[in-house]
Amino acid sequence: MLTIKELRARLVAPLDPTLFNTSLLLMALGFVVLYSASGSDMGKVASQARNLGLAFMAMWAMAITPPHKIERVVFPVYVVALVALVGVALFGEVSHGARRWLHMGPVRIQPSELMKIALPLALAGYFEWRGKAITWRDFVVAAMLLLVPVALVIRQPDLGTALLIASSGFYVLYFAGLSWKVMGGLFAAGLAAMPFVWHVLHDYQKKRILTLLDPSQDPLGAGYHTLQSMIALGSGGLIGKGWLRGTQSHLDFLPEHTTDFIFAVFGEEFGLLGEMVFLAAMLVIITRGLFIANEGSTPFARLVAGSLSMTLFTYTFVNMGMVSGILPVVGVPLPFLSYGGTSLVTLFISIGILMSVHHHRKLVKQ
Amino acid sequence: MNVGVNSARLNLRLDGWRSRLLLIALVSCFAGLVGRAAWLQGFHSGFLQQKGEERYSRVIDMPASRGIIRDRNGQPLAISTPSESIWASREDVTLSPEQNRSLADLLHMDPRELAQRLNSGRGNFVYLKRQVAPEVAQQIMGLKITGLFQQHGFHRAYPKGEETAHLVGFTDADDHGQEGVELAYQKELGGSAGARRVIKDRAGHIIEDVESIRVPRPGQDIALSVDGRIQHLAYRELRNAVTVNRAKAGAVVILDTRTGEVLALANYPDYDPNNREHLSGAQLRNRAITDTFEPGSTLKPFTIATALEAGKVTPNTVIPTNGGQFTIGPSTIRDTHPFASLTVSQVIQHSSNVGAARIALSLPSETLWNMFTDVGFGQTPKLGFPGEAGGRVRPFRSWKPIEQATMSYGNGISVSLIQLARAYTIFANGGQLRPLSLTRVSTPPAGRQVISALTAREVTDMLELVVKPEGTAPAAQVKGYRVAGKTGTAHKVVGGRYANRYVASFVGFAPASAPRVLIAIMIDEPSGSSYYGGLVAAPAFSALMGNVLQMLAVPPDDPNSSLFDAPNVGTGSAEDT
Repeated sequence: MLTIKELRARLVAPLDPTLFNTSLLLMALGFVVLYSASGSDMGKVASQARNLGLAFMAMWAMAITPPHKIERVVFPVYVVALVALVGVALFGEVSHGARRWLHMGPVRIQPSELMKIALPLALAGYFEWRGKAITWRDFVVAAMLLLVPVALVIRQPDLGTALLIASSGFYVLYFAGLSWKVMGGLFAAGLAAMPFVWHVLHDYQKKRILTLLDPSQDPLGAGYHTLQSMIALGSGGLIGKGWLRGTQSHLDFLPEHTTDFIFAVFGEEFGLLGEMVFLAAMLVIITRGLFIANEGSTPFARLVAGSLSMTLFTYTFVNMGMVSGILPVVGVPLPFLSYGGTSLVTLFISIGILMSVHHHRKLVKQ
Repeated sequence: MNVGVNSARLNLRLDGWRSRLLLIALVSCFAGLVGRAAWLQGFHSGFLQQKGEERYSRVIDMPASRGIIRDRNGQPLAISTPSESIWASREDVTLSPEQNRSLADLLHMDPRELAQRLNSGRGNFVYLKRQVAPEVAQQIMGLKITGLFQQHGFHRAYPKGEETAHLVGFTDADDHGQEGVELAYQKELGGSAGARRVIKDRAGHIIEDVESIRVPRPGQDIALSVDGRIQHLAYRELRNAVTVNRAKAGAVVILDTRTGEVLALANYPDYDPNNREHLSGAQLRNRAITDTFEPGSTLKPFTIATALEAGKVTPNTVIPTNGGQFTIGPSTIRDTHPFASLTVSQVIQHSSNVGAARIALSLPSETLWNMFTDVGFGQTPKLGFPGEAGGRVRPFRSWKPIEQATMSYGNGISVSLIQLARAYTIFANGGQLRPLSLTRVSTPPAGRQVISALTAREVTDMLELVVKPEGTAPAAQVKGYRVAGKTGTAHKVVGGRYANRYVASFVGFAPASAPRVLIAIMIDEPSGSSYYGGLVAAPAFSALMGNVLQMLAVPPDDPNSSLFDAPNVGTGSAEDT
């Protein structure tokens, strides 16, 4: 017989209050902005609320699962994601010139989304499995585990997602102790390879990068997204135009204003002040995540927590950088604010894992 | 913290360079974002706000309704009805085949042509169709095709169609006058467009009407001097005359002799101003105003009037006509109907070239030139019409005797029909010449005395003889009225030489005792049984004059007259040059 107290201990206690409350605050902000950005479309808000319900369940499921249990499934999940990516390459559905979706009966999935979370978990699992005996060879193996899915995603082509997957994997290698020399070498090699990479890039990708340098060069074409979002942000000023008062999104000048560019709507309506609030909340979540990583009970837990926290940071930075015109346009959703079920569920799975790492930190110790 | 992990490499703590670097990177990235945002929203926000405003705030034109053109009785000759233009933003339009078909149907266009218009061509903006009826435009917008817009405007309609085509003219798709009165009175008719500031979304739909910048000022209505009923008669008679005589073209001008108002002005060939898809230059020509021709014998009365004014002759002075031959240097002037001698009146009645030439040569060239210039030849009539012609009167100093002689009967000088008509009003008007008017005038403008009232009366008497049985144009008589007029048949100059083509004309007015109406009619290149003014133009004049006088309820001044058969209606007596 479970007492109320036991039930509470098992079901509620794992939910770290800092992460949980800050997430709730950010989600509340997300609904407020989404309502405005969608043109007061309650249907869209309700649909996002359903997504959130699903995401909360996923978060809670992860939070109550101890890290060592999660660890057991990371390789199977990684293999499934990899197979799905190969499947996309072979049978994927082409939409907007890219092959990203896989039809599985009635379900349509985007395996690259799954890989975003499967890869850091698998790498962390690998390092945990190797335990004390880590040598440079393990980093080579880990690099292979990282590069294969990244290459597949690049082929789709989806450079933005590939870079995000690569970065989440790289954080694991970084935390696992990848030598400074190797990183320095990689950095130098990366710089040296830039002219070659430029040749390999698709025209639209080149255009996006060039556009970054001067968006007004092609204001109606490649520069349109960036210019419009910069105008929206700028129109907001310091304190914003006020909720539901944004012009650029409401008059439809701002593209993708409920998904990737929702931050422009937020910025126009709530101004610099609102943005600082959002950034502060994100900073709370990320530092809390890093703190959790620091006290994780196993290398797996620490690596996973560190990588997931940094990935959250990467998403936030890339999305906001894109909206404010300092990074090229890549399809990266903004955590908590962007509309979309998959990204929301992935986000809360990450948060759930962080909670799990935190909640179960002492269990192994004892 | 290191429990369970022995490998130093797996020692994950937020100390050491690895963690510090990460924190530094993280914080500096966020600081970068804040800095960027501060730059956009603080320092640069004015510029960006203005750019944002440019995106949604638009000033749209509110077209002004164009003034109505009416005839002197208030009948509309040109009216504006609301109409829509459909335009597209090429970048934004994507049509399903089905949409393409229904859109093409509504626009009355070929689906392929529509697709071509949307897909090729310079720029993003393209008019799909202008001047669409509002109901059709509503149906088109009902298709809910993005990137398709309507623009309000007005469609100009011409209820009288071909009848008033050259007189009224037409407007282009932007509602600007292009021809005729529409162009001549553009300033009055056009009004001025208004403007409103509105907020538009990206698709161009007006979301909010912010303010009125300028209220549209509708154009003024214009009341023409033209009488729609007379215009109708004139057009009908002219078309008939051109057709019957298998002529190339023709023109007619009807004036109110007392006021100088133009009562009718018609040309043929014509066009339908409501449907101008296939227009040729010949159809467009407002010949009565823009084309000049050598008037021929219709000029003789001015020569005679000059001589009468100068006191050189009286109507009964006998002029030796030498059996219809008169040699000046190497050239010989001939009359086709020779007489040994004629009185001045008979010179007009029989249209004797020799007589006119002899009279002309008795005058100084300057005196003759003054007369021509005084009645308006060689100067544009200044009606404001596009392409008004002034004709040509060469300076008298360069006249050779033979030229002065031929000019006396209308060769070597060119005039437009409306100039000729106006010049003739001096005979009808006691010697006064008034400016012409296309708009209704309440008090006639002051005229200028060109010849004495006596001379005018004397010439009118002579002109009455022209339609008598012995004259050149008995076909011009009108039952119940005394008619004064003159025929003209002139060789056309083609490539600098006189060709075997003619312009037949008749200018006359009635009632001769108290003139009211003047009609000038010109038939270009008649190719039927005859080409003489007395046979080609006079019958049309007669029919038209009779109808107009009746319509204006002008009391007959010769009620007991009966139409006599013209005894010599054949080539003989009607000939002139």
